[in-house]
Amino acid sequence: MRLTLTVWRQKDAKSEGKFVTYDAPDISPDMSFLEMLDVVNQRLIEKAEDPIAFDHDCREGICGMCGIVVNGNPHGPRRGTTSCQLHMRSFKDGDAITLEPWRATPFPVLKDLIVDRSSFDRIIMAGGFITVPTGNAPDGNAILVPKDCAERSMDAAACIGCGACAAACPNGSAMLFVAAKISHLALLPQGQPERYDRVLSMVAQMDEEGFGTCTNHGECSRACPKEIRQEFIAQLNRDFLWGSVFSRPKVAGGSGAG
Amino acid sequence: MELKSNIPDGPLEKKWDKYRFDMKLVNPANKRKYSVIVVGSGLAGGAGAASLAELGYNVSCFCYQDSPRRAHSIAAQGGINASKNYQNDGDSIQRLFYDTIKGGDFRAREANVYRLAQVSSNIIDQCVAQGVPFGREYGGTLGNRSFGGAQVSRTFYSRGQTGQQLLLGAYQALERQISLGNVKMHSRHEMLEVVLVDGRARGIVTRDMITGAIESHVADAVILATGGYANVFYLSTNAAGCNTTAIWRAYKKGAAFANPCYTQIHPTCIPVTGDHQSKLTLMSESLRNDGRIWVPLKKGDKRAPGDVPEAERDYYLERKYPSYGNLAPRDIASRAAKQVCDEGRGVGETGLGVYLDLADSIKRLGEGTIRERYGNLCDMYERITDENPYKVPMRIFPAAHYVMGGLWVDYNLMSTIPGLHVAGEANFSDHGANRLGASALMQGLADGYFVLPYTIGNYLASTKQAKVDTSHAAFKDAEAAVATRVKKLIAVKGHRTVDSFHRELGKIMWEYCGMGRTREGLKTALQKIPVLREEFWKNLTVVGGNDEINQTLEKAGRIADFLELGELICLDALEREESCGGHFREEYQTPEGEALRNDEKFCHVAAWEYAGEGKTPIRNVEPLVFENVHLTQRSYK
Ligand SMILES: Cc1cc2nc3c(=O)[nH]c(=O)nc-3n(C[C@H](O)[C@H](O)[C@H](O)COP(=O)(O)OP(=O)(O)OC[C@H]3O[C@@H](n4cnc5c(N)ncnc54)[C@H](O)[C@@H]3O)c2cc1C
Ligand code: SF4
Ligand code: FES
Repeated sequence: MRLTLTVWRQKDAKSEGKFVTYDAPDISPDMSFLEMLDVVNQRLIEKAEDPIAFDHDCREGICGMCGIVVNGNPHGPRRGTTSCQLHMRSFKDGDAITLEPWRATPFPVLKDLIVDRSSFDRIIMAGGFITVPTGNAPDGNAILVPKDCAERSMDAAACIGCGACAAACPNGSAMLFVAAKISHLALLPQGQPERYDRVLSMVAQMDEEGFGTCTNHGECSRACPKEIRQEFIAQLNRDFLWGSVFSRPKVAGGSGAG
Repeated sequence: MELKSNIPDGPLEKKWDKYRFDMKLVNPANKRKYSVIVVGSGLAGGAGAASLAELGYNVSCFCYQDSPRRAHSIAAQGGINASKNYQNDGDSIQRLFYDTIKGGDFRAREANVYRLAQVSSNIIDQCVAQGVPFGREYGGTLGNRSFGGAQVSRTFYSRGQTGQQLLLGAYQALERQISLGNVKMHSRHEMLEVVLVDGRARGIVTRDMITGAIESHVADAVILATGGYANVFYLSTNAAGCNTTAIWRAYKKGAAFANPCYTQIHPTCIPVTGDHQSKLTLMSESLRNDGRIWVPLKKGDKRAPGDVPEAERDYYLERKYPSYGNLAPRDIASRAAKQVCDEGRGVGETGLGVYLDLADSIKRLGEGTIRERYGNLCDMYERITDENPYKVPMRIFPAAHYVMGGLWVDYNLMSTIPGLHVAGEANFSDHGANRLGASALMQGLADGYFVLPYTIGNYLASTKQAKVDTSHAAFKDAEAAVATRVKKLIAVKGHRTVDSFHRELGKIMWEYCGMGRTREGLKTALQKIPVLREEFWKNLTVVGGNDEINQTLEKAGRIADFLELGELICLDALEREESCGGHFREEYQTPEGEALRNDEKFCHVAAWEYAGEGKTPIRNVEPLVFENVHLTQRSYK
């Protein structure tokens, strides 16, 4: 098939960007979306033109590295699908496709479709962990975990940290990402000791990074390639409230991490 | 070159205890005076960096992705082994040790493998405590599944995303150490050189992948945990960025490269569809628990699978290996698939595929149960192939997946360069000539959580080193070498893209050094690769410069190294005149077509030593001594 691509091109973080249109003939429906971009890039390189820069690594929907806004939808038109798992059979001959990077203030564009998502790492740094230095663990079966808790925890833990939720949110909120981590750990007995400190620290960091507030639009879950559910945001809110009321003031050294 | 394995003496079960008692300790107050560089943030690097930082060392960690959480360990699906014997089915440290040695076709070191089996249980405990949501039984205990090459159920899992969950555990521990200031994380930094001072590893040179800045980093010990090099085959189950650069640079500085030809071709991947393809997707081995593998009995049978009556199907694994059946080890299952396709009985448009059929299990257990077990895998399959695996059997074919070869290390995980340690898939490790499923995650985490924290301490406590900083001539030279190399890649200004070279190299490797290898074929490859490499340096085109994000430049550097490594792999395969595990030389097989080892001549590790540009590398040998297991012809019949 033949497509027309309109792609955001931006040399680096400091430069202004603009849309550039490319003709993309001879595209096979069996190609993945990123393989289609590979083909377009090969042709650009052969003409000594700068190829379109985009992040990717595993190409099987698990590393969270890829992320392209396709026709206004983060990760494209298919639900529960990352950009790398999207296939060209989701498009038809003659389609015009617009490709943009994630748009959210805390995700500055580095080049073309590549953004800086280090804010997500800093949110995890603020408390998205269980403090258990190597060698301190009891036997794996010493604490029983109800199957149902383990399953729900896993539903939340499936988040790949791609950032599509924040890119899709009209307020640029990272609430779904943060809620996924909070819920993953709060649903397990091992996560209890730091539960409320964790939520306070992570939310504070999210605010500091400049992410917006959540007003329950639900765009995040619709864009999420792992279909992380809205209910986890409710879990976060409950924990946050409880934590704000009952938590001790924080001790120097971070959330229970000393 | 001397290859001292430094295995502690004494009985096998006591060696690791003895080591830990004999080793030198660093005083807690002194630990922060030592710095350690960890290249890689996967299971091995991430776990190692976090654990060393917890002990008090000053750690710097590097990865090429934008976040340490994205290392390719994230993609592991099926599970992780441990000898917990929670199932009461007869598992033990001894049995896990034996299965791993046998699975590796008796080409791994006893002492290392035994230690691995010993610490396997601690790994599960550690991960549970970190909040890894492992699969559970209704009573709340941990669940297990079975994997190839074992008759006990010892594989722990988190749905089909075990690697992701284990890595997130290590990543979160790492982020905690970053927040405490004990680890400095350098994402989007690619290591391009190791730096030696007075013969010891004292640092690395990296390229900042955003600005192009070439920077030196100094430390008292260096750990490479940079993963595997299966991308030398172009098409593989690895991530696009997986490379050999880090270990190849170390090899060229004097680290011996062990058994490069031991590569694992995984039996169950989605077959290739066309030339545009950039990667192959794995369908977890766990599917073989409930999927039956077959091809039509007749050659060239083009009927739809549903139209082939039962009597005209060949369930070849069940027929050839009745006791392990569809759960035969990977090397055996892959080769069997190749055989039936070579006979013209392969399925799908290309004839390079076999069926993995869930129909009988669906009949027995219901679609619901199968969906619960493999839902995410079936979805992934359908997304890629547009076929419904609950209705039509999946088509699968072997693909390059994992490498058992890597930098040679001793019992301390130290390479032949003092101070340079190697962990995870990057070392030649514990899997001999074939790795069993669910054993790489175990090994990566064993290295990171439970081996390096001891052996690095021992190294630092027993070594006196002068203070150096990055103004030292060795660093300046290494920086200059990196800068020159980058310039050289940009300056070729030819007409062929990096990808086209990579694809051509991959085709050579797959054809001549894939599942079946012959003397003739390997010799052909050894002629073709240098020609291709020469063309690369004459006709490559890289657009753009160094001082920006330049993905073509990054790739060019990696392919340049693959073009050298490919030759070493073929050379190693040529010299090893036997078949063992994943290394199948067609000249050496039993009358039934199984791998035929030659223990008399090849019961050893081949450790290649770089001899200089244009010179044939030197093949050193570490004999493998088996005191506890008896070498037998592997049988899974
Ligand atoms: C699809 C798939 C499924 C698998 N499933 C299983 C399974 O079920 N069970 C099992 O036991 N094993 C499985 N394996 C194997 C296992 O996942 C890997 O062997 C293991 O995770 C490797 O871990 P690692 O820490 O050594 O390397 P990786 O996780 O690959 O990490 C490498 C790290 O090094 C960094 N790096 C690499 N090169 C450089 C450089 N030049 N400069 C700077 N940084 C660099 C990367 O950024 C990364 O952080 C699977 C493998 C694949 C590909
Ligand atoms: S919640 Fe979903 S969209 Fe947001 S980072 Fe996680 S996986 Fe991506
Ligand atoms: S490239 Fe890894 S999720 Fe898309």
